[in-house]
Amino acid sequence: MNEQAIAEAPAAVTPADFKSGVKPVWCPGCGDFGVVNALGKALARMQLHPENVAVVSGIGCSSRIPAYTSCYGFHGVHGRSLPTATGLKIARPDLTVIVTGGDGDGYSIGGNHFLHACRRNVDMTYIVMDNRVYGMTKGQSSPTTEPEWNSKLTPRGTGLREFQPMVIALASGANFIARAFTGDPNALADVLVQAIQNPGFSFVEVLSPCITYRPEQRHWKKQVQRDALKPSVDAADAAMQVLRNDPLALGVLYRGGRAPYDPRSHAPAAQPVSELEKRFTV
Amino acid sequence: MDSSLADAPDARSSVSIALAGSGGAGILTAGNILLEAAAQAGYYALMTRSSGPQIRGGESAALLRISTCPVECMEDRYDVLATADWENVDRFTAEIPLGSDSLIVGDPDRGEAPAAFAQSGARCANVKFKVMAKDVDGGRPNMLLAGLVAALIGLPEDAIRHAIAKLLAARPDAIEPGLIAAAAARARVADDRALATEARRLALAPARPHEATRWLLTGNEASGYGAIRGGVRFVAAYPITPATELLEWISPALTEVGGVLVQAEDELASINMAIGASFGGIPSLTATSGPGLSLMVESLGLAVAAEIPVVVVDVMRVGPSTGIPTKSEQGDLNIALFGFHGDAPHLVLAPNSIADCLRTTAWAVHLAEALQAPAVVLTDQFMGQSRAVIDQPADEPGGDPRIVAEPGAPGYERYAVTESGVSPMAIPGAAGITYTADGLEHGPAGTPSSQGADHITQSSKRLRKLESADYSAQWADVEGDGNLAVISFGSCTGPVREAAARAAADGIALRVISIRLLSPAQPGLLSKALDGISKVLVVEQNHSGQLFHYLRSHFVLPVDSTSLRKPGALQFTPGEIHRHLIDWGSN
Repeated sequence: MNEQAIAEAPAAVTPADFKSGVKPVWCPGCGDFGVVNALGKALARMQLHPENVAVVSGIGCSSRIPAYTSCYGFHGVHGRSLPTATGLKIARPDLTVIVTGGDGDGYSIGGNHFLHACRRNVDMTYIVMDNRVYGMTKGQSSPTTEPEWNSKLTPRGTGLREFQPMVIALASGANFIARAFTGDPNALADVLVQAIQNPGFSFVEVLSPCITYRPEQRHWKKQVQRDALKPSVDAADAAMQVLRNDPLALGVLYRGGRAPYDPRSHAPAAQPVSELEKRFTV
Repeated sequence: MDSSLADAPDARSSVSIALAGSGGAGILTAGNILLEAAAQAGYYALMTRSSGPQIRGGESAALLRISTCPVECMEDRYDVLATADWENVDRFTAEIPLGSDSLIVGDPDRGEAPAAFAQSGARCANVKFKVMAKDVDGGRPNMLLAGLVAALIGLPEDAIRHAIAKLLAARPDAIEPGLIAAAAARARVADDRALATEARRLALAPARPHEATRWLLTGNEASGYGAIRGGVRFVAAYPITPATELLEWISPALTEVGGVLVQAEDELASINMAIGASFGGIPSLTATSGPGLSLMVESLGLAVAAEIPVVVVDVMRVGPSTGIPTKSEQGDLNIALFGFHGDAPHLVLAPNSIADCLRTTAWAVHLAEALQAPAVVLTDQFMGQSRAVIDQPADEPGGDPRIVAEPGAPGYERYAVTESGVSPMAIPGAAGITYTADGLEHGPAGTPSSQGADHITQSSKRLRKLESADYSAQWADVEGDGNLAVISFGSCTGPVREAAARAAADGIALRVISIRLLSPAQPGLLSKALDGISKVLVVEQNHSGQLFHYLRSHFVLPVDSTSLRKPGALQFTPGEIHRHLIDWGSN
């Protein structure tokens, strides 16, 4: 092959193409390693190119993911990843937009944006790595932490019942909802492909153990219930499934049929800017 | 423009009108008809509106100044206060100062003028608007009010007819009764001896012939159009008084030029949406007021660190907290300058008139894009919500576009340390130069770093790009000469200019400096503008003298520098400043 032919041959994209080479700050054994690997697998399986994918995050251990990929990354303000991604996707509909973060970032400080991202249904995928603890600040309760779990900040537990993200996502209008486990990288990659391909706002809750502050989560490997959730197109049915099942039940829960949000006018030609002055002319 | 106020002939060059009444009386419609008619007749004009706290109903006032020359502020007193009824109109006492030369026109069947107005010594004229309205099929008192005032101040009949037809276009069946009512009011002025005498006294000099196109618009609309002219094609919006009209104007306008607006769930979302869109390569903006700006400053720090252009227009209102949302104040200068955490070099600009809202907002977009930094534009409720007749502004100077990195650029580093401090920005979609934009401190490649050396290098780079830019052409408006200078910004500039013109007539020569670029501070340019000045007065509308203290700490001022300031909600009048200038300038 001559040089030109080499340049024109479509090179197959591999998971390795999505690695940046930046060394993660995560503890050894952190569940988030599995998510960054599965994401690379999913994007390679879809033959997307890193420059056409944007990975957007807030603050927290799992929000470090963008820099560990070779995609365009955005590591922004705590809790605001969804609005940032929303602006990006609406301004640049050609990009594949992935949002990553944790349970504190997404459900506590960013809770309002979670509701409205589900409701707005912009075509993007939100991956929440839920370990039921604030890891980066060294072990405080998050909205998904069990009420009796002790921390230095809440020595007698919070006494508050856990937030139910999948039910909230369903009630708020997310178009694709699934729960996966970082310990099953192939199954996780498979769910991520489905989430990215599904139009509208896709929400994937990934059980991602924090072995430093929640060492008991090592047992999730044995406790998760694989394929326990069955995909439904009916929101009421999906709600019953998630409420009646174990919190460690895995699978795709819901696939909605809503068209993605698109505020752009699709009127043909844009006017020259000076036409707007006619509104002011006396 | 200022000298033309002084050299007007005997006929008055400017007349000030206050229309007031209860909600639903159509006061604002009457005001808009007069404004449109004045524009049609070739006059300049300015109209502000005031209303009670109620969403619907309640009292409202339309305050107008119509003149043969451009107007940027209200007069010291109103020549005419005209009402269809007096319900709650006494709430406007402070906003509608009258003098013994003023005229109060009211309907005697709807009560008497409140004592606060009557005490001014103003003459009173009785017109039975309600009875007259009943004589017209479908007639409304507000059309009589508009017609009567138009006749009193000498607006031509065809101008008022045109204005009624234009403003009532959405309600075609109201046009004919409106025209009949206005004609009846005009006849009344001609037939009533007392009113005819008032009309001779109030009549405006003929409008000056002009070639230039005139525009009729609010400051919020001018800011919105300036944003689009500057290149903005993405806006994220969360409603807040008094910025909402900017967002409502720009929403359909963006659609026509291929842009898009998204309504956000809160201001935390709107600023981050704008930052996300700009990261995608699209010039972006949001508009808000003080409480919203407070919510946005954390994310503006991110835009500084990650070097993402974004513009926030803050239409300032009375604060702190909810304050007085419908009234003007220049109290957000401190938060705009100093509200960011860490060392966060950024741009702060302030337009100084409704027309300037266009130029300064466009300039803010140009600077933000060229320097890859956030810009805060400080307008205020007065400029934002007032509607004015202006000469079509000259095209603003163009700006340098954002410097974008080439796909596949070898050895590309997003935050490469350059001489200017600006580094080419990779835009998603461009292969071979991907990077992660980060609020974490980083090295040149964008990789997070906790090294002090990286922090020093990147901090210097972020400061250098702002400090090395040349702002000299537009940083301020410097007008007039003398060894005294008045420094101001924003909507205080209008009354300062008019006061300076009056002081000049008294023999006090002044230089007026209205600062358009507030950050980065330009002490060198101010020192040059203060060449030969021995004494400085800083005029601003807030309680603590935020501009005065900023100038004292970051600029070199003469030892004899003092502050003239007052908080909202009432704008400075030219007379208030003029009186101060007389004492200050002659000591």
